[in-house]
Amino acid sequence: MFAFLARRLAATIPVLLVVAVLVFLMLRLTPGDPAAVLAGDAASPEQIAQIREGLGLDKSIPEQFGIWFGRMLHGDLGKSYYYKTEVTTLVGQRLEPTLSLTLITIIVAVLVAVPLGVLAAWRFGGWLDRTLMGFSVMGFSVPVFVLAYLLIWGISLKLGWLPVQGYKRIADGLGPWFIHLLLPAITLSVVYIALIARVTRAAVLETLGEDYIRTARAKGLPESKVLMRHALANAAVPIATVIGIGIALLIGGVVVTESVYAIPGLGRLTVDAVLARDFPTIQGVILFFSVIYVVINLLVDLSYVFFDPRIRY
Amino acid sequence: MATSASPVPAAAPGAAAPDFEALSVESATVVVQPSLWQRVRRNGSVRLGGAVLLLLVAIALAAPWLGTVDPSLFDPASRDLLPGKSGEITTLEGETIEHTFRMGSDSFGRDIYSRVLYGTRVSLLVGLFTAVVAITFGTLLGLMAGYLRWLDGILMRVMDGLMSIPAILIAIALVAMWRGSLLTVVIAIAIPEIPRVTRMVRSLVLTIREEPYVEAAISLGTPTWKIMLRHILPNTVAPLIVQGTFICASGILVEAILSFLGVGLPPDIPTWGNVMAEGRSQFNEFPHNIFFPGIFLAVTVLAVNILGDGLRDTLDPKMAKRV
Repeated sequence: MFAFLARRLAATIPVLLVVAVLVFLMLRLTPGDPAAVLAGDAASPEQIAQIREGLGLDKSIPEQFGIWFGRMLHGDLGKSYYYKTEVTTLVGQRLEPTLSLTLITIIVAVLVAVPLGVLAAWRFGGWLDRTLMGFSVMGFSVPVFVLAYLLIWGISLKLGWLPVQGYKRIADGLGPWFIHLLLPAITLSVVYIALIARVTRAAVLETLGEDYIRTARAKGLPESKVLMRHALANAAVPIATVIGIGIALLIGGVVVTESVYAIPGLGRLTVDAVLARDFPTIQGVILFFSVIYVVINLLVDLSYVFFDPRIRY
Repeated sequence: MATSASPVPAAAPGAAAPDFEALSVESATVVVQPSLWQRVRRNGSVRLGGAVLLLLVAIALAAPWLGTVDPSLFDPASRDLLPGKSGEITTLEGETIEHTFRMGSDSFGRDIYSRVLYGTRVSLLVGLFTAVVAITFGTLLGLMAGYLRWLDGILMRVMDGLMSIPAILIAIALVAMWRGSLLTVVIAIAIPEIPRVTRMVRSLVLTIREEPYVEAAISLGTPTWKIMLRHILPNTVAPLIVQGTFICASGILVEAILSFLGVGLPPDIPTWGNVMAEGRSQFNEFPHNIFFPGIFLAVTVLAVNILGDGLRDTLDPKMAKRV
């Protein structure tokens, strides 16, 4: 187990290193001069040169990468051009809304998608199966923001059930917090539900064909137990994998959803930073999201041992 | 009269009669397998998705003749009209003409119907180009990784890293650097799609290169580039077509998202994303400014996805079983 853990961690490090290089190059291959952006319009060439020196931009690219990487390891992502604060502080401030939104979305999506996928596989070819497969193709095709506006229009504007936009912090009370996040979470969960339900259906369909399912049924186990204890439990590994991979989809959705619903989270920060060409912030947010994504998928890999005791590595 | 009375047509049925029997015996014993193209053509999903897509291509090509005006035209007198209302619009020559705003007008007094129809051109082109760029570079890199062992390790690590950054973030960051134009948007959307193509082609190459006919070619001293072109590449065509269709769908979607967020194509280019971005501030009063382009976008992506599903089932049955 420890050997596996060490090996899996060791395999993650080169990936993170490549991510760091790519994110660094994205900024350094910018046509504009960051020093000139930072100095503003009224700066003299001497001032710009001074800022460039201060940022270490007069050094060679590998040297710059070394400095940037060293600082990053110390938790220093640089200073935002636009907000004039540390990027790490900025990320910290925006973390709560995004974390709340994604957690509610994941919980909603898993609770809806897994049972639907199991039922669809159980009644393979039936009306639920066909509806679900149709829904999942739709879920992949309807853009998040179109869905968002459709829900705002129907549920918030016409029916008046939920607030249109905005975010309330947990500190302001759990009720308002949840109510404000419900519609964004439903919006965001649709594509995730489509993905998870599809894979659950395929995985359970495969296990339902196994001999031990026939044995379980032959010994008179109730169908619910056959489905949950035998079919679903043995299909857990691909389902866990797709939940992990789907996080990338979710992060993309967060950027859009937060913009539509005016939620001051990391996704909104990304868009604002791009519009302001605030490169250290763009860099920091992308790095942050990517590390989260890699770490979650590392955890998913480790969870295989829990879901399937046969896996010992 | 002379031709119909000639003995040739009268003799033909009689002469054909024995042949008929021979034919029926043959058809009872030989099962004619439909060709791959026939199976693709008969697939319901391919037909449905393809038909909708052809309709959209027709709309894109025929946009000037479908009762549209130049999508950049505007008139302050015709701002914020509801769908179906008539108003006036000023042409480039400066003359004012009567025009029916089938999908209403935006806050500049531009015709949304014209912008949505012309937007079809942009979306289809972006989808097509994104797929072509991603497939071309992905295949090239995949062939290299699969065939050149020294390159494989480093190339695939870079691809792993690229795949660890969520696709939309790469696209947003690249467009932010380069500023939006059709070319930069296509490249920015295509880059995050490349690793998946590379991985697929690489794994196909690794399987195919073990095949006896490739070994035979190697032992005959065939140069590597010729083996790649003649023996390996043809085997990757079917999965690549399937993959390309899905990349096309996601390219259309991502372009709309970028434009909607204000970081994609410049706002004066009529794209569905741009029309929706302009409709955002007035959504409460004029939801159709978002819904009309939204419906076009969803239907287009849906059609491409359905086509892709059908192609996957017929062209690439191994992959179809996996999903």
